[in-house]
Amino acid sequence: MTTIPASPRNSRALSVLRQIATGFMTLALTLLGLLVITFVISRVVPIDPVLSIVGERATPAQIEAVRQSLGLDQPLWRQFLIYVGDALQGDLGRSIRSGEEVVSEINRYFPATLELATLGTLFGTLVGVPAGVLAATRPGSIADQIVRLVGLMGYSMPVFWLGLIGLLVFYGKLNWVGGPGRLDPTYDMMLQFTLTTYTGAILIDSALNGAWDVFRNAISHIILPAGLLGYVSMAYISRMTRSFMMNELGQEYITTARVKGMPEWRVIWVHAMRNVMVPLITVIALSYAYLLEGSVLTETIFAWPGLGLYITNGLFAADMPAVLGGTVVVGVAFVTLNMLSDILYRLVDPRART
Amino acid sequence: MSSLRLWLTDPNPTSRRQARLGQLWLAWLRIRRNSLAMAGLVIVALLVLVAVFAPLLAPHDPLVQDLGRRLLPPGTPGNLLGTDDFGRDILSRIIYGSRITLYIIGLVAVTAPVLGLLIGTVAGYFGGWVDAVLMRLTDIFLAFPRLILALALVAVLGPGIENAVLAIALTAWPPYARIARAETLTVRNSDYIAAVRLQGAGAVRIIAGHIVPMCLSSVIIRVTLDMAGVILIAAGLGFLGLGVQPPMPEWGLMISSGRKFLFEQWWVATMPGLAIFIVSLGFNLLGDGLRDVLDPRSSQSGSAPK
Repeated sequence: MTTIPASPRNSRALSVLRQIATGFMTLALTLLGLLVITFVISRVVPIDPVLSIVGERATPAQIEAVRQSLGLDQPLWRQFLIYVGDALQGDLGRSIRSGEEVVSEINRYFPATLELATLGTLFGTLVGVPAGVLAATRPGSIADQIVRLVGLMGYSMPVFWLGLIGLLVFYGKLNWVGGPGRLDPTYDMMLQFTLTTYTGAILIDSALNGAWDVFRNAISHIILPAGLLGYVSMAYISRMTRSFMMNELGQEYITTARVKGMPEWRVIWVHAMRNVMVPLITVIALSYAYLLEGSVLTETIFAWPGLGLYITNGLFAADMPAVLGGTVVVGVAFVTLNMLSDILYRLVDPRART
Repeated sequence: MSSLRLWLTDPNPTSRRQARLGQLWLAWLRIRRNSLAMAGLVIVALLVLVAVFAPLLAPHDPLVQDLGRRLLPPGTPGNLLGTDDFGRDILSRIIYGSRITLYIIGLVAVTAPVLGLLIGTVAGYFGGWVDAVLMRLTDIFLAFPRLILALALVAVLGPGIENAVLAIALTAWPPYARIARAETLTVRNSDYIAAVRLQGAGAVRIIAGHIVPMCLSSVIIRVTLDMAGVILIAAGLGFLGLGVQPPMPEWGLMISSGRKFLFEQWWVATMPGLAIFIVSLGFNLLGDGLRDVLDPRSSQSGSAPK
């Protein structure tokens, strides 16, 4: 009889490391692909970047000078290399509207989006996971039907429309929440002139400054858009939780635990949940990534000065560096989140470490 | 009727057509038992009917303006859902808007899955470096946030209905490629494919005639589920002013035009949104039901909806 050699600890760590390395390779390739796409888009766009900088009355010499300074006289592959090199150094060009660096503009806009998406995901997880578990433990019951219907409605609802209705009801009619924007104008001034900025997320900054009236005002403004995004992510998370939990509850170890006389809450929340957590991490990360993207429409509705609004405003001003820069940043966030969830997945689930 | 049913449920079909129709009949019976899926089917059928008979159903011309009758509330005689800021009847505009919605999803439904099927089956059938290259390409597109990519594409192509469709289709194909590849891998090495190959069939013939049909049922389910998302993205593009252009009665565009007086004349923005919601819900319900009926495997596994 041969004994199965126990896999040594360091070789397992090595295999995880190797997987992370391949993950990074994939990440690099995907990001390169992303840059190819934005580069192609920027070259076929009908807007002449030179003209939009120098204006229509420039002399041919001026036009030629700008063309050279932008590197547009180089062959296409050279231009692409320059583009990738710049992007790697955190240079996404200058905005045509403001003449500012796209990266520094995005730096100002991104925290607002991050704050909104984080709160939305938090909400979606805190409501979605219990709702999914509830539905899974009583399949076919009224509770299950309600969770399913509420979820399906979340999938089918145009976010921008629901946002408008929310504004109409809770701001226009009931006046329970703050309107569009991150703060009332007076508080906005206060934030700009008297408070220290630490993170760019108003909720955190105002709390760190001890400015609780700003904090309260910020809450009243963020609660509606965050609730909206939270609903969308809840629809997804509750549905996935339900199907993962149903799958686990059919396993034999659950029957064993029940036969042992273990209380049902412990069977579900400790034994089954540990296994549900694994795929759920991916789901939550994915929905977070979707919220970063899905905020485009929400931010338009709520005049939320985030990345989505930055991109759409750039679109209307034909400011392609801004649009493509924003696209690259969202793409990078999206891809990175995907990869992080993949790594986390492998760390949590021993079966995935092969 | 009953003899037809007997013919359909005959356990010993005498022709290939009878066997196929019999299978369809059984699937239909299973769908009919699922009340949510039936509700979805009814909504989708209604959408098609409304679009086809729009001129008969609409009480007014969707484009004719009547500034004397602008912003009338719902329930006004002659304008059941009220009028918009140009005095156009909202109900008529929603009815005609169904044609635009149907046009968009129809175009996306015949382009994106075909592209995805082509890429997926070729990748799966040939394997090796073809597979590696095509799947990496698919992953790149999958990794790209969909709405943002569509936005950037529309920015390049210029706003308009065809460009919106193109942008949506270019962002919608990767999941189909994944599905088609997975299905291809399961049948690639089966005996019947080997038999066809021994008869001298080439790769094109094998893929088109013997592999694609095997992928169709999962692709159809995916199309149905996808249509809800397509409707939402198209409406979003319209809402941002990047899709269908005024004065066309596109639902997303109608919402955005009603946004200006949301607090006073709420119906202008809310009514078209209701239409989007109902149609998209219909496709979701139908797709869910179809998946339960045609593909019992995936109802348990947690496949991502997007």
